[in-house]
Amino acid sequence: MDLNYTDAEIAFRDEVRAFLKANLPERLVDRSKHGQSLTKADFEEWHAILNAQGWLASNWPKEFGGTAWNAIERHIFEDEMTKANAPRVVPFGLSMLAPVLQNFGSKEQQDYYLPRILNGDDWWCQGYSEPGAGSDLAAVRTSAVRDGDHYIVNGQKTWTTLGQYANKIFCLVRTSKEGKPQQGISFLLIDMDTPGIEVRPIILIDGTPEVNEVFFDNVRVPIENLVGEENKGWTYAKFLLTHERTNIAGVGFANAGLENLKRIARLEQSGGQPLIKNPHFAARIARVEIELMAMSTTNLRVVSQAAAGQAPGAESSMLKIKGTVIRQEINALTRSAAGTYAMPFASEALEEGSNAEPVGPAYAAPATAQYLNNRKLSIFGGSNEIQRTIITKAILEL
Amino acid sequence: MNFDLTDERQMLQDGLRRYLNDAYSANARAAIEDAETGFSAEIWNGLAEMGVIGALFREEDGGFAGEGFDLALVFEELGRIGAVDPLIDTAVLGGGLIAELGSGAQKEMIEAVISGAAHLAFAHGEPTSRFDLSRVETAAKKTANGYMINGRKAVVVNAPSAETLIVSARTSGKASDADGISLFIVPTNADGVTLRSYSVVGGGLAAEVILNDVTADLLGNEGTAHDAISQVTARATLAICAEALGLMESIKMLTNEYLKTRKQFGVPIGKFQALQHRLADVLIEIEQARSAVINLAGHIDATPEVRDLHVSATKNLIGDAARLVVEEGIQMHGGIGMTMEYELGHLAKRLTMIDHRFGDTTFHLERFIELAVG
Repeated sequence: MDLNYTDAEIAFRDEVRAFLKANLPERLVDRSKHGQSLTKADFEEWHAILNAQGWLASNWPKEFGGTAWNAIERHIFEDEMTKANAPRVVPFGLSMLAPVLQNFGSKEQQDYYLPRILNGDDWWCQGYSEPGAGSDLAAVRTSAVRDGDHYIVNGQKTWTTLGQYANKIFCLVRTSKEGKPQQGISFLLIDMDTPGIEVRPIILIDGTPEVNEVFFDNVRVPIENLVGEENKGWTYAKFLLTHERTNIAGVGFANAGLENLKRIARLEQSGGQPLIKNPHFAARIARVEIELMAMSTTNLRVVSQAAAGQAPGAESSMLKIKGTVIRQEINALTRSAAGTYAMPFASEALEEGSNAEPVGPAYAAPATAQYLNNRKLSIFGGSNEIQRTIITKAILEL
Repeated sequence: MNFDLTDERQMLQDGLRRYLNDAYSANARAAIEDAETGFSAEIWNGLAEMGVIGALFREEDGGFAGEGFDLALVFEELGRIGAVDPLIDTAVLGGGLIAELGSGAQKEMIEAVISGAAHLAFAHGEPTSRFDLSRVETAAKKTANGYMINGRKAVVVNAPSAETLIVSARTSGKASDADGISLFIVPTNADGVTLRSYSVVGGGLAAEVILNDVTADLLGNEGTAHDAISQVTARATLAICAEALGLMESIKMLTNEYLKTRKQFGVPIGKFQALQHRLADVLIEIEQARSAVINLAGHIDATPEVRDLHVSATKNLIGDAARLVVEEGIQMHGGIGMTMEYELGHLAKRLTMIDHRFGDTTFHLERFIELAVG
């Protein structure tokens, strides 16, 4: 038992810190501090900086151009990135699709797609959910019917995050109606420029077009775009969900959020004194901080198991639930701390590159939008109820 | 970073778990609860022989371990079986204070503690002190042949079985000053010591200790005992939090098993999602409790501010988690969970009482706010 980093781990952390200090553009830090959304160009710029350093693919093996870091090094990297308010690495290509291609893709697919992900030639999005397939993902109905050396794809995907930026989409499609629903699913790579694809934005309650609907109308996809075997897509999808969920607890985000909350509670006045001196409000902050202290260690316990080669199973469900509940509580307290200035609808001030002056204090402007937006945390990636069911089956064996 | 046990600790854990499983059948525990001392002399000696008491002391004090993770390991195992042995009182508090403050001659008592021969109790809390460690009204006055103590100590756990009490008393200052508190070594059978003994919910004995013109020797220097009291209380809090963790694990295991075997409506009740998800939440909170214990164990030798921040974070979290585990454990069992006969009851009671020692959730939330939020 040793809660401290080893000398080698400390040296690595210092190296990451020095890199971020020298290379993270101040402009991007400011955006993220003010709760403004980033443009496609912002993300691409940051990806290119990381790629030049060889650190973009922090979860890839060496042979594909990854860092080959272990779980603890990845944790340190992610932790330092969050502390420095660096933009997140967009996960769809790098940590969702790439591991599937590396494990189940053909040599040709690996050689073609992986370098394009690293170089920023492709922006991938995820075509999993459908109007009738949310938590019950195996109910996907978007069909892919073989026609010579093409599949003809028809159907609809939804909740496609940042699909408006993407030129590629990886999809779960139904190639067979035989057997259990899980048995007839295939994993298909589709070019978003193919005729018959239409992307429509979904405006969320915070006012942002973060997610989209994607419609497929007789879309012709070459059969070489099938990953692995036909009707084995469920296996690949599950692999993706269980093996590549780094940073699922979101400890870094929670720490940054807590720090921001305390800062606001010191600045806001209540009854002639800082809000943080109000014992009721202080108690709510304290309770979430105590939970976060414990969750950070729960996270490190899982990380250190992973570094020792044990694949995290139901533990990631635990982290997902606790991590999202903590972050949502911090969001709720932050909205509460903003007081009346949580009310102005500030979508303009939060837009990419906006210089609009917020109505109240700058810290109050994003509070409500972030609270509303982060209701997604307990819904996506397998809702928290689905995670409880995973724990029930895998650990409690009920 | 490393969350594995060292080989030594792994051996201690394995040996202790085996020993306790054998020694502690549910019937043995019932017999102990009826015993005059509140614990079994046989099990106590067995623990001493295994070196379990010695594992709670540092080498320089005559033990062989004594770090935060050693305490956590031992008390988690004791909790797991629902043990009632007063190791916290004799070893962590009593022995800990002597190790911290004792003169050469006084420190000889530690050897007797480690060998299982000595039984101690720490008489500190008073009827109105609640959890405030610096509130001491019992007074000691210097006399020609030592000190003379007058006052009353409340809920002194293990006092009825202890031959020696370590008593705190004020030698100067006001009732809640941190300065001016001194410690004294008082034989339980000394003139002027009266015990009103009783058994405690969840096992063990305690007493109200009335001190009437009691003559005693000083332990450590006059008026400066507060820091040592805080330090051993922090260690005792770690111990009791680890014990709580063990108790929670056992309640979860019993409940999990019950959900698999108890049938209603023709199926095991564990098939009902309403219960599945509640037990999943219990499991998550217990993992949080485990992390909290690890955090405290890892910071028990830090500066007093950092140490106490972790003491309060951990004790607060454990208090809330314990209540959830107890209440959900009983609820998911239904009526059987409320019977004296079934094993769950003892574990639930012992776990419930842990919020009543060394500061409850409210006390520690308030202190955490002082140390970390305000």
